[in-house]
Amino acid sequence: MSSQDLILEARDLTRYYTVSQGPFKPAATVKALDGVSFEVEAGKTLAVVGESGCGKSTLARQLTMIERPTSGELKFDGFDLVNDSDYQLKLARQRVQMIFQNPYGSLNPRKKIGTIIGEPLVINRHLAKMEVEERVRSIMTKVGLRPEHYDRYPHMFSGGQRQRIAIARALMLEPKLVVADEPVSALDVSVQAQVLNLLKDLQQEMTLAFVFIAHDLSVVRYIADKIMVMYLGQIAEYGQSEQIFSRPRHPYTQALLASTPHLKVQNRKQRVILSGELPSPLSPPSGCVFHTRCPFATSQCAEQVPEIVEFDGRLTSCLRAAEIAAEQD
Amino acid sequence: MALLQIKNLTVEFGSEKKPFRAVDQVCLEIEKGEVLGIVGESGSGKSVTAKALMGLIDWPGRVVAEKLEFDGQDLQEMSDKQRRKITGRDIAMIFQEPMTSLNPCFTTGFQIAEALKIHEGGSRSERRMRSLELLEQVGIPDPSARLKAFPHQLSGGMSQRIMIAMAIACNPRLLIADEPTTALDVTIQAQIIDLLLNLQKQRQMALILITHDLALVAEAAHRIVVMYAGQVVETGPVPEIFETPRHPYTAALLEALPERSIGATRLKTIPGVVPGQFDRPTGCLLNPRCEFATERCRRDIPLLQTDADGRQVRCHTPLDREGKPQP
Repeated sequence: MSSQDLILEARDLTRYYTVSQGPFKPAATVKALDGVSFEVEAGKTLAVVGESGCGKSTLARQLTMIERPTSGELKFDGFDLVNDSDYQLKLARQRVQMIFQNPYGSLNPRKKIGTIIGEPLVINRHLAKMEVEERVRSIMTKVGLRPEHYDRYPHMFSGGQRQRIAIARALMLEPKLVVADEPVSALDVSVQAQVLNLLKDLQQEMTLAFVFIAHDLSVVRYIADKIMVMYLGQIAEYGQSEQIFSRPRHPYTQALLASTPHLKVQNRKQRVILSGELPSPLSPPSGCVFHTRCPFATSQCAEQVPEIVEFDGRLTSCLRAAEIAAEQD
Repeated sequence: MALLQIKNLTVEFGSEKKPFRAVDQVCLEIEKGEVLGIVGESGSGKSVTAKALMGLIDWPGRVVAEKLEFDGQDLQEMSDKQRRKITGRDIAMIFQEPMTSLNPCFTTGFQIAEALKIHEGGSRSERRMRSLELLEQVGIPDPSARLKAFPHQLSGGMSQRIMIAMAIACNPRLLIADEPTTALDVTIQAQIIDLLLNLQKQRQMALILITHDLALVAEAAHRIVVMYAGQVVETGPVPEIFETPRHPYTAALLEALPERSIGATRLKTIPGVVPGQFDRPTGCLLNPRCEFATERCRRDIPLLQTDADGRQVRCHTPLDREGKPQP
């Protein structure tokens, strides 16, 4: 694989937030992203999976340049998102677009959808009005909306159609990377399937790369080429989608897979129910951050911080990955 | 005899002349200790059915039923006062969004004790003891501290556990859970569902699980009711419905799941959306979206028919074992 194919490359990416804990107390640091490395190839999909609070959305904020990372490297399509000037980031920003979770909240109810979809063009390109309208109508056809609906308002559309509007808006500037933050979790199964098909078609047609943030693992399995499982701002497991789904090696990935309900009895795994919730990122556990909820944890896990290493064709950050694998196979 | 019997429940909104039927002649029965799953897309009338059952439909909504009996008592005949004694104690409900269904102005302890005060009485300290016990039952660590917490201090999973504690406070015989896990992470979802099923087994409680997640129902429920546009389109025991769906809508819903198309390049979809107030088709309500629709489907309204195995299907041409429509 040549490095030309890579559209996005992150090395040891970190993002810390300082939070005030009240007067007379020192400010604390939340490590929302703590040394994350990954890459996305052009036209491929990376899915980011994890519970709420694991840093998925922080990652999205770095990729869309809403914030600058604290340290590390983040290279996107020839731009350096950590060190480049604000002017250059403005140029880079046109090539990254985002689709949000809730199509009911992400569209301005006072604007016609033609205006909503055309807005990126009005801001970033200097085009004649007619040209903008023409392009809007053509993209509306592309995402399966009727061009006659140009003058309608968002409330006149169903959830699935609104998500199509949001997708049309994201594609208006012909981006190279689309960050989709739970794009189908607010939709019904039937509509979810329509939107997922649309995303896949558009990806092929326009060689889009997706960073797909989701918690529904069956959706992830369908759409992703690579998967990154995150836990408390760190990578738990990272590798090719099929490998991770067929043989999850990190106990956290195993627990996530086992928690997902399945239709077929033979697909249901022995439930590894995680007790408790995600620990507070203000005071993360010592050693392996997952050891407080891990069914395989030993005293060593509480002390030694695991490094992310290659194992069985993917990267995993479990000290006992080999032992657990030997036990399970 | 069934614990809850509903016959021809209809809920209408809007003007008298041109009403919109959100729930259309729904018949349901649930036995003691049974887990019944109600599934369907949004807009299919699942939540309205549950609300009508709890007596939570306000004017201008109208609830009409031929029969609405809980444990032999007619819920429509009794006075509002009597009915309030049953709802909250014998029939309890868990709502969809835990973060918004708790009152932000009161502590969780106050809100749990409120249900106890109204239905069970007892002294303040007794109620506190009982609240503590309930929080322990739903698996909340450090219950005495949590009693003093306000809803904004709790996570989604924790709030949902508080909601469950409130619902089971008076040992209900029927618990209605309306999308209890949609807003939660998968790991927390698994914890909550296990908790509900454990409670259901321990107390021989009947549980109505309303959800649009078919896989969840497949794992948890005994019997299933599929609703579409306010009507029941198919009912039956869980393994049969999932193996051999007889209604084209059930079959299409199952086909649309990504789990069914692993390795496939495209997912199967159901074109269109659930009809609303102004775009109701004639004949079978599914006909514009059904791949097997015929002239007859566009003309005649199908009836809910019970077949030899006790499964009910509302279709002119129900599917056979191979998924082909039979005339």
